[in-house]
Amino acid sequence: MTVTTITDAQLAPKDYASDQEVRWCPGCGDYAILKAVQKACAELGIKRERTVFVSGIGCAARFPYYMATYGFHTVHGRAPAIATGIKLANPELDVWVMTGDGDGLSIGGNHMLHVLRRNVDLQIILFNNEIYGLTKGQYSPTSRRGTRSPSTPQGSIEYPVSACAFALGSGARFVARSIDTLQAHLVPTLKRAHAHRGASFVEILQNCVVFNDAVFDHITGKDVASEAQILIEHGQPLLFGKNKEKGLRLKPGKLELEIVTLDDRVTAADILVHDETNRPLAQLLAALEPPFPVAMGVLYNNPAVPYEQEVHAQVAAARGNGDLDTLLNSERTWEVTS
Amino acid sequence: MVMSTAPANRQLRDAVVIRFAGDSGDGMQVTGSQFTLETALAGSDFSTFPDFPAEIRAPAGTTFGVSAYQIQFGGTDVMTPGDAVDVLVAMNPAALTVELKDLKVGGTIIVDTSAFNERNLGKAGYARNPLDDDSLARYQVLKFDITKLTADAVKPHGLSSREAHLCRNMWALGLLLWMYGHERSATLEWLKRKYGKKPTIAAANIAAVNAGHAFGETAEMPEHLVGYTVPKAEVKAGRYRTISGTEGLAWGLVAGLRASGIDKMVFAGYPITPASALLHVLANLRAYGVVTFQAEDEIAASGAALGASYAGALGVTSSSGPGIALKTEMLGLAIATELPLVVIDSQRAGPSTGMPTKAEQSDLFQAVHGRNADAPLAVIAPATTADCFDIAMEAVRLATKYMTPVIVLSDGYLAHAAEPWRIPREADLPRFPVSYRTDPDGFHPFLRDPETLARPWVKPGTPQLEHRIGGLEKDYDSGHISYDPDNHARMTKARADKIAGIARDIPLQDVALGEDHGKLAVVGWGSTFGPIYQAVRIARDEGRDVAHIHLRYLNPFPRNLGDLLKRYNRVLVPEMNNGQLVKLLRAEYLIAAEPLTKVTGKPFRVTEIAQAIRKIV
Repeated sequence: MTVTTITDAQLAPKDYASDQEVRWCPGCGDYAILKAVQKACAELGIKRERTVFVSGIGCAARFPYYMATYGFHTVHGRAPAIATGIKLANPELDVWVMTGDGDGLSIGGNHMLHVLRRNVDLQIILFNNEIYGLTKGQYSPTSRRGTRSPSTPQGSIEYPVSACAFALGSGARFVARSIDTLQAHLVPTLKRAHAHRGASFVEILQNCVVFNDAVFDHITGKDVASEAQILIEHGQPLLFGKNKEKGLRLKPGKLELEIVTLDDRVTAADILVHDETNRPLAQLLAALEPPFPVAMGVLYNNPAVPYEQEVHAQVAAARGNGDLDTLLNSERTWEVTS
Repeated sequence: MVMSTAPANRQLRDAVVIRFAGDSGDGMQVTGSQFTLETALAGSDFSTFPDFPAEIRAPAGTTFGVSAYQIQFGGTDVMTPGDAVDVLVAMNPAALTVELKDLKVGGTIIVDTSAFNERNLGKAGYARNPLDDDSLARYQVLKFDITKLTADAVKPHGLSSREAHLCRNMWALGLLLWMYGHERSATLEWLKRKYGKKPTIAAANIAAVNAGHAFGETAEMPEHLVGYTVPKAEVKAGRYRTISGTEGLAWGLVAGLRASGIDKMVFAGYPITPASALLHVLANLRAYGVVTFQAEDEIAASGAALGASYAGALGVTSSSGPGIALKTEMLGLAIATELPLVVIDSQRAGPSTGMPTKAEQSDLFQAVHGRNADAPLAVIAPATTADCFDIAMEAVRLATKYMTPVIVLSDGYLAHAAEPWRIPREADLPRFPVSYRTDPDGFHPFLRDPETLARPWVKPGTPQLEHRIGGLEKDYDSGHISYDPDNHARMTKARADKIAGIARDIPLQDVALGEDHGKLAVVGWGSTFGPIYQAVRIARDEGRDVAHIHLRYLNPFPRNLGDLLKRYNRVLVPEMNNGQLVKLLRAEYLIAAEPLTKVTGKPFRVTEIAQAIRKIV
């Protein structure tokens, strides 16, 4: 007897690709994210049959079609709700929510808030390109003020939402940020998100090559990256710059960060050390924007028992013997004899 | 067994209609419910109508704060809560002024004289006290100082005057139980349980019930206060209980879950009147494989239910009209991805917020047609409170067998009303086991069963069946995304044919009362069953050629319905809306069906339908 066993631990990234032709625009940052997720899956030995990718609507929402796992492409903004239902039905499934800035923070903002505060065990990956791509380039809730788009010909006058600050404010217990093209950083970040039990939120700065090209160049460009980004790691000082000669510290007497250069007066001991379990620090780091360096990495990681686990613990502890006849005959009954 | 003679001091009555009315803080709903339970235990048939205000605590003594509970009970089939009231218990002037119009001439009014003070009279709009003039001369008015009698009865228990005041309803209940010769034991037991942690309050309420009861029996009894005997109903042998529509739906869903063999139901709801009660009942049934989820909004509730179905559980969501409107887009996804989903709509008066506590049948169009594009699904409706159980089971059967959303149209009246119910045994209930696809050979997600046209249900977690589905159009032959024009036409037809095919799997339409041909068919659906049936019975007793047809399946219609309706000269369609079923019937069968509409937020009276019948035949 021959038994063919597929051992997913042996799978390569390409084994996580479906047979569907990928139809994002050539040069789209989504390709890099797809590659990173497939690589992370392979490195984690994720079982395809136990994995579900759920999405709403938008360019990012096409993602599940390109994975050789289970996939559900749903309603605009509602993927967190559907993913919650999947976890309530079967907590054993490994569920990822793939969303965008419009899907996750505009039409689905309410669901994002609640799925994070409930702490449902999901990986929520938000592709932030600061634009509505699939509908041809309108400004989004993360677009910066002044963004000119078909619906804002004179420039957007709205203040953008910060995805990571929103997630932290919603009570998320794992919040991270990375960049589409920064594979060496993105893959480990996704793996850490996967390792976290509970709702893991990862914002990926993603370039829309057609409608918002180069919008992150001042952060992601190779020439500026060392000054414009700070790669944060738990237990490590918050240093950046070409030679890690700059750092962040609390401004004396104030609850705000300031940039300092290491020299005779400022030493490594003065620099803040990143503590993933410190929510106020995570909030300060999440809010950094130029001229500060933008924080990349795990901003916050402080796990608690996931929602669906507690739900099923309550179900297990519920009173009653599960006998239907007992239920139907509960309370007062009477017998009629003919 | 029918009691043929009344005790010497009691008069015999075939059926009686009682309405308990008072301020929303006076506890009229519990009073009515307890009277109903004792009625049930006494062996009468009954039907109830709770009617309460939208305000949680309307200002005391006002007319818009009046809460009422009506029960009809008797020895023959009681199918409605009754058109006209025999006994009105009015705990304050507002209750009297609001409810008096429904009292029969010669009917009995029981009032609490203390409550008819200047302040309350003013709030109710009385310039003079109606107890002091001849404005109530056409009725029997029994004036008792219930406030004082209650206070005296509970005095030994040392309650505050406010706490004592709250026992008035139990005194009134005690008196009414005496009037109809009902037992008190179930009520006393219930009070002990309800106030288990407050023994003083329990004892005081029990004292109030007993005092009201004793009042009827003692020498204090005024001469015109008489007791009545109502015969027991002749009903099929078996074990009975009272059931509300909400309980019927909840237990029917659980029974459907078990009949299907699915291990888990995920019930996702969002608080909304009058649908929330279903969430509350099911939240206590977790030992039965029920996971309840209070979502952040109606959309999320439908999304979580659909996600659960996608994962292989039974997804159920529930709401009322405005909430169902919010779920619409998710229903479209359920139709496109062909997943089972049970949707319970407890209809209420609208549009928009409308009258949340008042019943209407005005979501029929929304259920059948209220989605973008060609988006067919199954729609069914319980005819009575007891039918809620069977309809909920049927919804589970259809949803899982045909991989489709099923909307159940209940309403605020069915949700709250109570009826006696013959308890089925699980062993006697139908079974319809679900099978999940596990075989990878030749699999694609939209491979259809040749008979039902349903696609396979695959649980994520099943090896080698990994697949992707979504709201985009699918290729008929592979399930992959397709924008091909002919394919879309083919898929649209497949979705329509699948739902239409359900007609082959449901009972033929029967005639509830009367012949299967003739001069007039009165066609109803949903909670109007009782008044239509009674009206047709009265008309037939008068020698009129009329029949009652009641639809439980609204999409698709039973396959013989068109032929059946064409055997009558005329078709009258009473509905608690502005004419919806009547238009569906006209559109489907090209028959000249005529509307009889009522949109007051209250159920039809038997006489309203009987009058309409008399105008035709």
